Amino acid sequence: MGANIANGIGASALRKEDQRFLTGAGNYTDDINIPGQTYACFLRSPHAHAAIRKIDTRAAAAAPGVVAIFTGEDLAEAKVGGLPCGWLITDVNGQPMKEPPHPLLAQGKARHVGDQVAVVIAETYLQAKDAAELIEVDYEVLDAAVDVATATQPGQPAVHDIAPDNVCYVWGHGDKAAVDKAFAAAAHVTTLEFRNNRLIPNAIEPRAAVAQYSRSEDAYTLHVANQNPHVERLLMTAFVLGLPEHKVRVIAPDVGGGFGSKIFLYAEETVITWAAKRVNRPIKWTAERSESFLADAHGRDHATRAELALDKDGKFLAMRVHTKANLGAYLSTFASSVPTILYATLLAGQYATPAIYAEVTGVFTNTAPVDAYRGAGRPEATFTVERLVSAAALEMGIDQAEIRRRNFITSFPYATPVGLTYDTGNYEATLAAAMKIADVAGFPARREEAKKRGKLRGLGYSCYIEACGLAPSNVAGALGARAGLFEAGEIRVHPTGSVTVFTGSHSHGQGHETTFAQVVAERLGIPFENVDVVHGDTGRIPFGMGTYGSRSLAVGGTAIMKALDKVIDKGRKIAAHLLEAADSDIVFEDGNFKVAGTDKQVAFGQVAFSAYVPHNYPLDRLEPGLDETAFYDPTNFTYPAGSHICEVEIDPETGVVRVVGYTASDDFGNVINPMIVEGQVHGGLAQGIGQALLEQAVYDPDSGQLLTGSYGDYAMPRADDLPNFKVDTQVTPCTHNPLGVKGCGEAGAIGSPPAVISAVIDALKELGVRDMAMPATPHRVWQAIQSARA
Amino acid sequence: MYPFQYHRPANLAEATALLGKLGEGKALAGGQTLIAAMKLRLAQPSDLVDLGGIAELSGIRADGDAIVIGALTRHADVAASAEVGKRIPALARLAGSIGDRQVRAAGTLGGSIANNDPAADYPAGVLGLGATVVTSRRSIAADDFFSGLYETALEPGELIKSVSFPVPQRAGYAKFANPASRFALIGVFVCQEKSGAVRVAVTGGGNGVFRSAELEKALAASFTPAAAAAVKLSADGFSGDLHASPEYRAHLVSVMAGRAVAAALG
Ligand SMILES: Cc1cc2nc3c(=O)[nH]c(=O)nc-3n(C[C@H](O)[C@H](O)[C@H](O)COP(=O)(O)OP(=O)(O)OC[C@H]3O[C@@H](n4cnc5c(N)ncnc54)[C@H](O)[C@@H]3O)c2cc1C
Repeated sequence: MGANIANGIGASALRKEDQRFLTGAGNYTDDINIPGQTYACFLRSPHAHAAIRKIDTRAAAAAPGVVAIFTGEDLAEAKVGGLPCGWLITDVNGQPMKEPPHPLLAQGKARHVGDQVAVVIAETYLQAKDAAELIEVDYEVLDAAVDVATATQPGQPAVHDIAPDNVCYVWGHGDKAAVDKAFAAAAHVTTLEFRNNRLIPNAIEPRAAVAQYSRSEDAYTLHVANQNPHVERLLMTAFVLGLPEHKVRVIAPDVGGGFGSKIFLYAEETVITWAAKRVNRPIKWTAERSESFLADAHGRDHATRAELALDKDGKFLAMRVHTKANLGAYLSTFASSVPTILYATLLAGQYATPAIYAEVTGVFTNTAPVDAYRGAGRPEATFTVERLVSAAALEMGIDQAEIRRRNFITSFPYATPVGLTYDTGNYEATLAAAMKIADVAGFPARREEAKKRGKLRGLGYSCYIEACGLAPSNVAGALGARAGLFEAGEIRVHPTGSVTVFTGSHSHGQGHETTFAQVVAERLGIPFENVDVVHGDTGRIPFGMGTYGSRSLAVGGTAIMKALDKVIDKGRKIAAHLLEAADSDIVFEDGNFKVAGTDKQVAFGQVAFSAYVPHNYPLDRLEPGLDETAFYDPTNFTYPAGSHICEVEIDPETGVVRVVGYTASDDFGNVINPMIVEGQVHGGLAQGIGQALLEQAVYDPDSGQLLTGSYGDYAMPRADDLPNFKVDTQVTPCTHNPLGVKGCGEAGAIGSPPAVISAVIDALKELGVRDMAMPATPHRVWQAIQSARA
Repeated sequence: MYPFQYHRPANLAEATALLGKLGEGKALAGGQTLIAAMKLRLAQPSDLVDLGGIAELSGIRADGDAIVIGALTRHADVAASAEVGKRIPALARLAGSIGDRQVRAAGTLGGSIANNDPAADYPAGVLGLGATVVTSRRSIAADDFFSGLYETALEPGELIKSVSFPVPQRAGYAKFANPASRFALIGVFVCQEKSGAVRVAVTGGGNGVFRSAELEKALAASFTPAAAAAVKLSADGFSGDLHASPEYRAHLVSVMAGRAVAAALG
C-alpha cells in the first residue's frame, strides 16, 4: 500500500462530496419535488396500547385539499401485507421465534405511542395535518407493557396474542455445561447487573420519502432516505406490496445520516408507494422531528445479568450472560438478529476466555420498535465484557491493563467459543499505544492535582473488538438471515479513460465518493478527479446490499477491487494486441500496460479508447467495451479492535462528569483516507460518550408515553460535552480481503461507553462506589456519592 | 402551525390598541418560545402583533442608579453591553448563558419574563436584583410580577416596555444547566444591594422563580460562599422529573448559591 499518485491510497484527500454539502447543493429526499405532488400526514396513536373500536374519517375527508384517507382496514381490504423481519431466530427448543403481524397501519390495535393509525393525503402538508386532526378514533385504552425487565412477568398485558408472555424467543449460544462447570471451580466470580440504555438515533435528516407511480410505464419510483435501496425494494415489493421488482426504482439520494435507523423498511414509505398508484399522484412524506423520536427504530435497551469466572491469577475461565432485549412493539427489519447474532458472538472480546454461554430473551413491549443502531449488538457486548473485566480487576486488586494483558488472545487465527474466527490482530499494540498517548504514567499526579481542587479523577479502559462486514452469506443463512450479504461493484471505463464506479454500498455521511475514488485512482493509476462514484439508485447500480455494520470498504471496496481486476485483465488483452505481444507478457504499472522487460507501453486511456473505438482491436476473441461488474461475498467477518482510555473529572458537589481526556488507538487494518477515518472515530466517540453520559430514551412505566420526545428532554451530546480526542491507528491488515481493511464506522460508539463508565467508577471508588448506570447523569452520580457516604 | 393574521405596529400605542381589540391576539417578540409553541400546535393565536418595529422598546440606558433595558432588547445585546458588563456584570453573564447563539440573537428580555418559564434565567435576575417592570400601564415591582408557573401580573393586552435594574453593590449568578435543554435545572442569583440588603432568587425549582428567605438570612449575616453552601434547604416544594429529584434540586440550590456568591465577590 501507499500512495503512488496524488490522493491515492493513504492520502487524506479532501472529501469530494463536501463541496455540495457545504454550499447547500446537496440533493436530499425532501429537496425532491415532482409536479402534481401531494403530501402525506400520518395520524399516530397517542396511546401505548389501545384497541381501535372505530375510525371515523368523514369530517377529515371533507376538509379542504384532502385527496384520500386510508386506514388499516383499507390496506387489509387491498390485501397489502405487513412488514417482514429479515432474520429468523430459532429458540432454545428449536422453535421459530414468534412473528406477529406488523401492519403498515394499525389493524384493530395500536401498540405504541406513535404507531400509525391512518394516513391523510392532501394537496399541501398543512391540509393533510389539519385533516388528520379531524379523524375521530374511538380508542379503548389498554394497560401497557413498557419495561423490558418486567414485561415478561405474569400479569403483564400481552402486546401480541401469539406471545402471551411477551416473549419473542429465548435464544441460547455457547456451551452451557462447560460454562457451569468452570464457574463451579472458579477462584473468583464477578457479577454485574445493568441496563444498556435505550437510545434514539437522531440522524440530522429526518426520514423522508417521495413516491411516484407512472401510468405510462406502469412503474414506481421511490425516493427515500435509506441506507440500502435494493434491500428496501426487495422487501417492499416481494414481501409487502406484491409488486414486480423490476417495476420499482428506489433512489436513496443524499442522505443526512442513518446510524442504522435508515436500514429498515418502514411503514410510511411503503404506504405512500402503494397509495401513489391509488391516488395517481406523487406523494411526499417528511417526518417531523417529533415523529422521528416516536417512530424511528430505537437502539439498545437491554437488561443484563453477566458473570465472569476467574482463577486466582485473574485468568478468565468462563462467562455467563443473561440478557433481556427489548424488541419494541413489532419486529423491525433486523430487530431479532441484533441482540442475538450480533451480540452473543462478540462476548469473547479480545480475550481467550475458554467457555462462554449467553441466553437472550427477546421481549415485546408497547414501545417503538428497537433495531440496529450504530454498533448494533456489539456496543452491548463490549459493555458487558469490558465492564466485567474492569469490575473483576477492581475486586481482585489487579491493575486494569494487567488483567487485560493476562487474558489477551495473542495468536491468530483464533476461534472463539462463540463461533467467530478472528483472522488477525495485535491487542498488545493498541493497548500500549493508547496508554502512552493517554499518559497513563502521569495519571496519579493528575489525580492528586485534581484532588487539591476538590475534584475526583478516574481512568477507564475499554479493549473492544467488533465484527464488521457480516458474512459469509451461506453461514448467515444457516443462522437465520433472510438476505444475502455480498456486495456488488461496477467499473465503467469511459472511452477517454475516466471512470464511473457504481457501488451497491450507500454513503450517508461516510465519504464513499472520496474513499472509493482513491482506491480506483490508485489501482488504475489515473487522476482521482477522473473517478466518480455513483450509489443509491436501483436504476443505475448493480444489486447491492447497502451500508451498515461498517461493511462498505471491506465488502463493497472488495467488489470494486474485483471489478478492477477484471478491467485490468481485459485491458491487458487489448494492450497485448496493440503492442503485438502475448497477453502473458503484459504488466500493468502506474497506469500503463507494458511489455515486461521492454520500453513498449500503452497508457490506460489509450486502451480504453480502443475498447470503444475498436478499429485496431482483437474483435475475433474479445468483446468491445471496458465495463466490468463483480459481486463479492466475504469469507469471514473483519475484526477491527482497539484500546480506548477515558479520563474523567467529577465534581462531587454536583455530580457533573467531565471527560477531560479520551484516547483511542484503533486497528482498522489498512487505512485508505486517514482524515475520513478520524472523522468516523470522532463521530462514533461522540455517540458512545453520549450514551455513557447523556442520552436515554425514557418511557413512562405506566402510560408508555415517551417522556424524552424532544431535545428538551433527550440530551444529545454537544461539542462542549466532549474533549479533544486523541486518536491513533495501529495496523494489522485484514487477511482475507485485497485491501487489508476492516472497517471503522462504528468502533467509536462500540468502544467508548464502558471506558467512560469505568472511568467514573475509578474516580468514585475511594468513596466506595462500585457501580454506575448509564447514562451517568449528574443526578445519578450525585445520588451514588450520597448513598456511598450514607 | 395554524394560520394567523400578522400585524406590525410602528409604536406601542398602536400595539396595545391592536391587542385590545383582537380576541386571541398575542404579542410577538423574539419568537423563541411563541413560534416553537405554534409550530407544535400548542399555541393557536388568531393574530400576532409583532413588536419588532417599535424602536422605543429596544435599547440599554443608564438612569441614575439603575440600568433600564428595553423589553425588546435581545439577550445577545445585554450580554455584550459595556454598560451592563461594567455595572451589573452578573446580568450580562446571565444573558450570555441563555440558550445558544441563535436564541440569544433573537430572544428578548420582555419575552422571557412575560413567558416566565419556571426554568428560565432572566426571572432570577429580575427578581434577584429587585428590578421594576415597566409596562404600558404601570410599574410593577419584581416581587409582585412573577406569580407562578408561566404566570405573571400582566393583564390581557398589557405590554412590557422595559425593566429597570437597580445597580447593586455586587451580584452573581450561577446556573446549573439541564443537560438536555440547557435551561436552568437550578439557577441562583445573589445580590447585595447598595443598602447592604441581600436578595437571593432561585429559578428551576419547578414552580416558578422564588426568593429564598433562608439563603438571604444566611448571606445577610455573612456574604460568603461558605455561608451560602451551609444552608440546607428542604426538598419540599421542589419538583422532581427525569432530570432531577426534589432532593437534588434542593441540594443544587446551596451549591449554586455558594458559587454565585463566589462570582459576586469576584
Ligand atoms: C433552543 C432554545 C434554548 C433556550 N434556552 C434558554 C435558556 O437557557 N434560558 C432561558 O431563560 N431561556 C431559554 N430559551 C428561551 C429564550 O430565552 C426566549 O427568548 C424566551 O423564552 C422568550 O423570549 P422571546 O423574545 O423569544 O419571546 P416570544 O417567544 O416572542 O414570546 C414569548 C411570550 O411572551 C410574550 N411577550 C413577548 N414580548 C412581550 C412584551 N414586551 N410584553 C408582554 N408580553 C410579551 C409573547 O406574547 C409570548 O406569550 C431558549 C429558547 C430556545 C428556542
